[in-house]
Amino acid sequence: MSEATPSEAATLLSDPSGRTGPAAPGAAIRRVIAVLWQWKGFLAAGAFLLLLAMVLATPHLLTAYDPLEGDALAGLRAPNATHPFGTDRLGRDVLARTLYGARYSLSIGFGATAISVGFGVLLGIAGGQKSRLLDETICRLFDVISSFPGVLMALLVVTFLGQGMLNVAIAVGVAGIPKFGRVVRAQTQLARNADYVTQAYIYGRSRAAVFFHHLLPNVLLAIPVIATVYVGTTILAVSSLSFLGLGPQPPTPEWGVMLAESRDVLRIAWWPGVFPGAALTLTVIAFTVIGNALQRRFERRG
Amino acid sequence: MWRRILSRLSTSLMVAWGSVTFAFLALHTLPGRIEDILAGDLDYPGLREAIATEWGLNRSPAEQYLDFLLRIASGDFGTSYVLRQPVGGVLGSQVMPTVQLALAAGLLALVLAVLAASATAGRSRSARALAALLELLFASTPVFWLGILLLMAFSFSLRWFPVSGAQGWQALVLPSVALALPTAGLLAQVLRDSMEKTLEQPFVVTIRSRGLGEWPLRLRHVLRHAALPAVTLGGWLIGGLLGGAVITEKVFGRPGLGTVTLNAVLSHDVPVVLAVVLMAAFIHVAASTLLDILYVLVDPRLKAQ
Repeated sequence: MSEATPSEAATLLSDPSGRTGPAAPGAAIRRVIAVLWQWKGFLAAGAFLLLLAMVLATPHLLTAYDPLEGDALAGLRAPNATHPFGTDRLGRDVLARTLYGARYSLSIGFGATAISVGFGVLLGIAGGQKSRLLDETICRLFDVISSFPGVLMALLVVTFLGQGMLNVAIAVGVAGIPKFGRVVRAQTQLARNADYVTQAYIYGRSRAAVFFHHLLPNVLLAIPVIATVYVGTTILAVSSLSFLGLGPQPPTPEWGVMLAESRDVLRIAWWPGVFPGAALTLTVIAFTVIGNALQRRFERRG
Repeated sequence: MWRRILSRLSTSLMVAWGSVTFAFLALHTLPGRIEDILAGDLDYPGLREAIATEWGLNRSPAEQYLDFLLRIASGDFGTSYVLRQPVGGVLGSQVMPTVQLALAAGLLALVLAVLAASATAGRSRSARALAALLELLFASTPVFWLGILLLMAFSFSLRWFPVSGAQGWQALVLPSVALALPTAGLLAQVLRDSMEKTLEQPFVVTIRSRGLGEWPLRLRHVLRHAALPAVTLGGWLIGGLLGGAVITEKVFGRPGLGTVTLNAVLSHDVPVVLAVVLMAAFIHVAASTLLDILYVLVDPRLKAQ
């Protein structure tokens, strides 16, 4: 979160008299702690994402309950020893639904990001080529797509294509195309005029070889970092559409769907409305923190 | 200066024209007959024929396109066949609650962001760390979850505010707060970054040496200078408020454009959705154009060029 690098922090904490020589073991431990403290946000976010990966892979190891099967006689039980997150109106375990819900929310979010990245990269590379006409057309296309506010653009897409997980992913994915397209276009133009590309041509390499060996790797370098920050935003957008009832339908244990269902029981039960939202918010924060940290390192490198 | 303003205006017109064209193309590239798409879930004898006449579907695509452009330009968004009345009337009756919500939330977000950024920019490490944490938290919290939490605390437990509806100012408080906080978080991040850079400028030292207090300095001089990045975000934020209004209205059971749009999406009422989305795009484009032009007028450096 702060600007000092770990090495600076270690220097600050090391012996102020400036003596060199073998450091005491206590100093080494203090230095390690200082570095860890510097990266606390990154480490916490990383730990959360690891936990999330485990939840995605093996939710059944973390809960004994089924996310869809409820005990109608045990509806709306407050959190207790057997149901740590309580049960919902139909007696389904909220913890189990939250854990299994990660699969839906994250896979739709990743799918949408993949659509944004895929089309953004294709259009961006096309826009970065020599043709002025193509470049103008693609830039204006990006302007038009980003002139529609994200949620409303998604509403239009869902009206045309219908409700469902895939369509929500498409809707959110289309809105994100300009985000990646603009970066890739700028990078392509930079790389196309760079000396190393000219030199590769002088050495007689074919257009295809220059493209795949020199242009593409440089153009795509920044994409994973931007995508990491963007996945958080996408998961947020996707769950918003699910909340509106446009994505997966009940009884799917998706976080947005669960929160929409909780709206009806808020007067008497807080737990169905709190836990899925907390899981969603923590996921978004974790991706943002990791992405921002990567971005800072990436920019310093450049 | 005038050349800059004119070129900005023409770009915006191009984008607005592009968004209408985009909508027209989307309508025509979809699988299925246009009559069926526009009719939504309805089917009664004579409906398809009525749609074909109103949209001029028997004419050439070029004529249809020209007709579509002219109609949108004159503010005619067609007929909602599901609700059986003109789209303009459907939306007109629902505009006010949404405008109130978006304006209240926008103002609240602006005030919160300016206060937070002015109070914490360039201050002690712990103050900035706390501000950064809060901004991250609010910027990452979904509007609808915030709304649910606010409802639980202030409507169900404390009973300070009504649970739903749009009667009186009390009903506006929670929805505006829910919609404003995520926006305020984002805006404060940008503003604080920019203010910290501005505080390093030589003119700040000059003003301090003349003995101006810290708060007047920040609010009167630094803020104005630091606003540019936030202003360029402005158009995007207005778009976000419009989209967020749809979600907020659903959480709080408020009437408004969002509720109408959502019902239209679920009943496949394409003319209504098309009108709302195009209007939102126009508002978004107009707002960002206005802000850009305003900035040219405010910033003496841009005026001189």
